[in-house]
Amino acid sequence: MTFFSPSARNSTRRSGRIGKEQRRWGFAFLTPWLIGIVLFYLVPFVASFWFSLVDFNLANPEDTHYVGFRNWQRAIFEDPNVWESFSVTFAFAAISLPLGLGLALMLALLLNSKSVRGKALFRTLFYMPTMIPLVAAVFIWTGVLNEQTGWVNLILENVFGIQALGVNGLRWFANTRLIYFSLTFIGLWGVGNTMLITLAGLQSVPTDLYEASELDGAGFFQQLWYITLPMISPVLFYNIVLGVIGLMQYFLVPWVLNGGSGFPDGWTNFAGVYFFVQSFKFFNMGYGSVIAWLIFLIALILTLVLFGSARYWVYYAGGEN
Amino acid sequence: MATQDSFLSIKQWNILRSIGLTLFTLVVLIIFLLPLGYGVMTSLKTDSQLGTIGAPWYPASPFVFEYEGKEYDVYEVEIDGSLLELALVKKGREASEFIDPNNPEAGIIAWEGRWRQLEQAWFFDPVWENFITAWNTIDFPRLLGNTMFYAVLSTIGAVASASLVAYGFARYDFPGRSSLFMLVMATIILPPSVTLIPTYAFFHRIGWVGTWWPLIVPQFFANGYNVFLLRQFFMGIPRALDEAAMIDGAGHFRIFWSIVLPQARPALLAVTLFHFFFAWNDFFGPLIYLAGNPDSYPITVGLDGFKGLYEQMDNLIQAASLTAAFIPLLVFFFAQRVFMQGVVITGVEK
Repeated sequence: MTFFSPSARNSTRRSGRIGKEQRRWGFAFLTPWLIGIVLFYLVPFVASFWFSLVDFNLANPEDTHYVGFRNWQRAIFEDPNVWESFSVTFAFAAISLPLGLGLALMLALLLNSKSVRGKALFRTLFYMPTMIPLVAAVFIWTGVLNEQTGWVNLILENVFGIQALGVNGLRWFANTRLIYFSLTFIGLWGVGNTMLITLAGLQSVPTDLYEASELDGAGFFQQLWYITLPMISPVLFYNIVLGVIGLMQYFLVPWVLNGGSGFPDGWTNFAGVYFFVQSFKFFNMGYGSVIAWLIFLIALILTLVLFGSARYWVYYAGGEN
Repeated sequence: MATQDSFLSIKQWNILRSIGLTLFTLVVLIIFLLPLGYGVMTSLKTDSQLGTIGAPWYPASPFVFEYEGKEYDVYEVEIDGSLLELALVKKGREASEFIDPNNPEAGIIAWEGRWRQLEQAWFFDPVWENFITAWNTIDFPRLLGNTMFYAVLSTIGAVASASLVAYGFARYDFPGRSSLFMLVMATIILPPSVTLIPTYAFFHRIGWVGTWWPLIVPQFFANGYNVFLLRQFFMGIPRALDEAAMIDGAGHFRIFWSIVLPQARPALLAVTLFHFFFAWNDFFGPLIYLAGNPDSYPITVGLDGFKGLYEQMDNLIQAASLTAAFIPLLVFFFAQRVFMQGVVITGVEK
């Protein structure tokens, strides 16, 4: 994957007239991006660090003044909400990432299996909910998981005989043990992209590997563990990295569910939500910048750890890395 | 290979496995799409059905029978071991009188038991008014217009700028190219929050907060994700045609426009669709930049506000949610191949 492995090909620099023209036209085509990266990435990136050193509230900008690392100190040592928001984000990630990636892998395996009929139709239908606007998906799931009238509890109670309705029933959005599963379910409707990417990974595994292992008498799980998973490990890696970075900014679903109240008991006060509440509800732009920087730094550390771990478990068939 | 039962030939075993796995996939699919079924069914229910405990899971109305100018509710009554649907004409605590709607001439049927323990008879009766109510209350045409405006303009900007930039990266050789491309990749994984506040403060200062411009204008400066996808595709297009055109005296922009872009149509279409739906479903951007200006809300933000107004009316909420999902789903079913190929291009290019 080019995404994570810099191209090994070293182009020979051309010199003279052609080289000059290459340079000139190359940069000419890059112009929009060169302007954009400065205006919308580099300058704001540096500025946001500067913002983190001032007390700046958009409600009364006249009061803006330099406070040094006061905001950082407050976020790291004094405000319990900050660390709570990061720890609930990690707790949620620990549930939601394995379930999300597991479902994507299972669906991709089914859609790649010789034995499943109607694969094109299945693929379309499993992808379909990915197209539903997430706000709408949250409302649909809020309905189906409603403790009294939702189909999930009605089916569990009436078909499977599990006590789901009533006071001691399954309160999907109020019970601290269930809330992360409910949020994960909503997220599973977006499984489409991960599923397709994993499927493409599966399809690129050379079939002779399976044929050879069949001759050696390998069963399905042996093939999965010793051939499939190592061969698609770059794809799994890509999915994990994007998943981790996405979760560090997890905002929409909890926000639409409870407007940043953290219900139940702070369990949905994720880092992305707390950032929004501080920056765009209270307009504490200085303090919000600190939270943004913490999100960035933690995402960076996690990404670096993942990249560092890659050489122990990610297998590049092409021999790169 | 799984172990083979000696009773079955390999062929029979394969057929069995095919049926088993296909059924399993089907069951997973049904569970996966169950919420959608709930949404559709609920959106077609009346308010009174929502408020009735023990009402059917599908949209239905209680069966009513008119007898001698008066309307009577119909209940499911067990008489002599068979379940009949009978109209309750006279209620009594321990015994009641019924009429058979299919055979009213037979007269009064006496029944002993508590009528309050009987279940009402319902018939399938979807109501479409919820969609009309939701459409009007939420002012859907205005939301749709705003969303369309944003999605179309920003998609034009995103596709035009990304194809120029991706072409520059794919076809030209200049110092620092690979480091710059790493920077493109870095912007993809950079959490947007870390650049958001100064950007917001800047747009606030120039008076653009409350308008769509902070959301549209930056799209004209090439987004990393789109550049990446298009560059991958451009690199796969052979240079033979470009070189022939160059010998014929075509300029650089001409080659880009008339030789390379037409060959990249599938990738351009994929980027167009991706970006269009990104904009269509965007919630965070409009939420912060359009706050306090409901006239310019897109569908997503409008829908969020609708929930606050109709917390208890799940039929209206489901109808509004499905209405919001309708256009993306429609486009998806027509363009699904392009769409799904595009996902694969971004994900597993080697």
